[in-house]
Amino acid sequence: MAKALLQLIQLEFPDAVLETHSQHGDDTVVVDPGAWKAVARFCKEQLAMEMLADLTCVDWPHREPRFDVVAHLHSLSKGQRLRLKARVGDAEGEHAAIDSLTELWASANWAEREAWDMFGVVFTDHPDLRRILTYPEFVGHALRKDYPADRIQPLVPYREVENIEKLPPFDHHEGMSFGRQTHLASRGDD
Amino acid sequence: MGELKAPTTQEVLETGQGQGFATTKFEDLLAWAQKYSLFMYPFVTACCGMEFMSVSGPRFDHSRFGAEVPRFTPRQADLLWVVGTIVQRQAPVLKRIYEQMAEPKWVLAFGTCASVGGFYDNYACVAGIDKIIPADVYIPGCPPRPEAVLDGLLLLQDKIQSGDRRPGIVKPRFDPVARPDMGVVQLRRSKHG
Repeated sequence: MAKALLQLIQLEFPDAVLETHSQHGDDTVVVDPGAWKAVARFCKEQLAMEMLADLTCVDWPHREPRFDVVAHLHSLSKGQRLRLKARVGDAEGEHAAIDSLTELWASANWAEREAWDMFGVVFTDHPDLRRILTYPEFVGHALRKDYPADRIQPLVPYREVENIEKLPPFDHHEGMSFGRQTHLASRGDD
Repeated sequence: MGELKAPTTQEVLETGQGQGFATTKFEDLLAWAQKYSLFMYPFVTACCGMEFMSVSGPRFDHSRFGAEVPRFTPRQADLLWVVGTIVQRQAPVLKRIYEQMAEPKWVLAFGTCASVGGFYDNYACVAGIDKIIPADVYIPGCPPRPEAVLDGLLLLQDKIQSGDRRPGIVKPRFDPVARPDMGVVQLRRSKHG
């Protein structure tokens, strides 16, 4: 039903829309990052998308541009949903910058903070771009595919107890027999 | 031989000879009083809090064992219930709360997240509170049954009475899979044996 929206957006921004697709009832528009805010504003004002349901990011490490910034829009008055995507970032994840949608929807504020915290995508003109889920002392961006799954950065130094990895009550060979001990090559023991 | 005289309670207390009958009885009395009047600090962060509420409710009641009052200030609490996942960001808070409690104090790790990190194995969660603070009783479960929690509380009370500070865990009483006569659980057992 929202396929008409795709055509409207394509008519309005003929050179900014890179591709569209529509499957299983979902309608998606991939736009050029330079036109991100203009397209979003058009969706909000002309297409009655009052609600930004979610704004997140996907990491495709073997593709350049690396990150997909995804915004889910919802029209409460018309009952239509739309997905906007934009591709930013180089292979190292640097220079991933896109406009902030905070001016249009207030819910973009925390969603963009989360995308910054987890992926490192910079939202220009964001009023307060800082980490939201991790803490300021955290180094790196945790949900990138090249962040090691077994790296932890404790805020509080762990207690000085012998064999801290497996403190009581469990023996060294008890507990998980599957999981990271088996699928990470970095662990030499066990 | 001179006159044998047992030391009076007063002498024993003053000279610090803690092996006398009166002081051991006094310590027993003190331990009895402590174990049946635990003031708990429910440091609840996650889903185990729902089960904690169940345990606080009328059906499975922890106040019938004396542990009635929740005190949300560490100054007035002596049992720290760590209920739910502790993330790295929350760890300094937990440590500070523990340090602010006065001796004697005990820690109860409620649930597998607090015991060993639960099913989380990632950048965010602390793999067990014993990496930050010493714990006395671990209650595994996701979330643990209220009966298991009460088992843990009783285990802690036994430890307080005996003065044993080694950590203990709550084990299931029986393995339902290993007891087919119970008729409780049949996990993918073929009808043909």
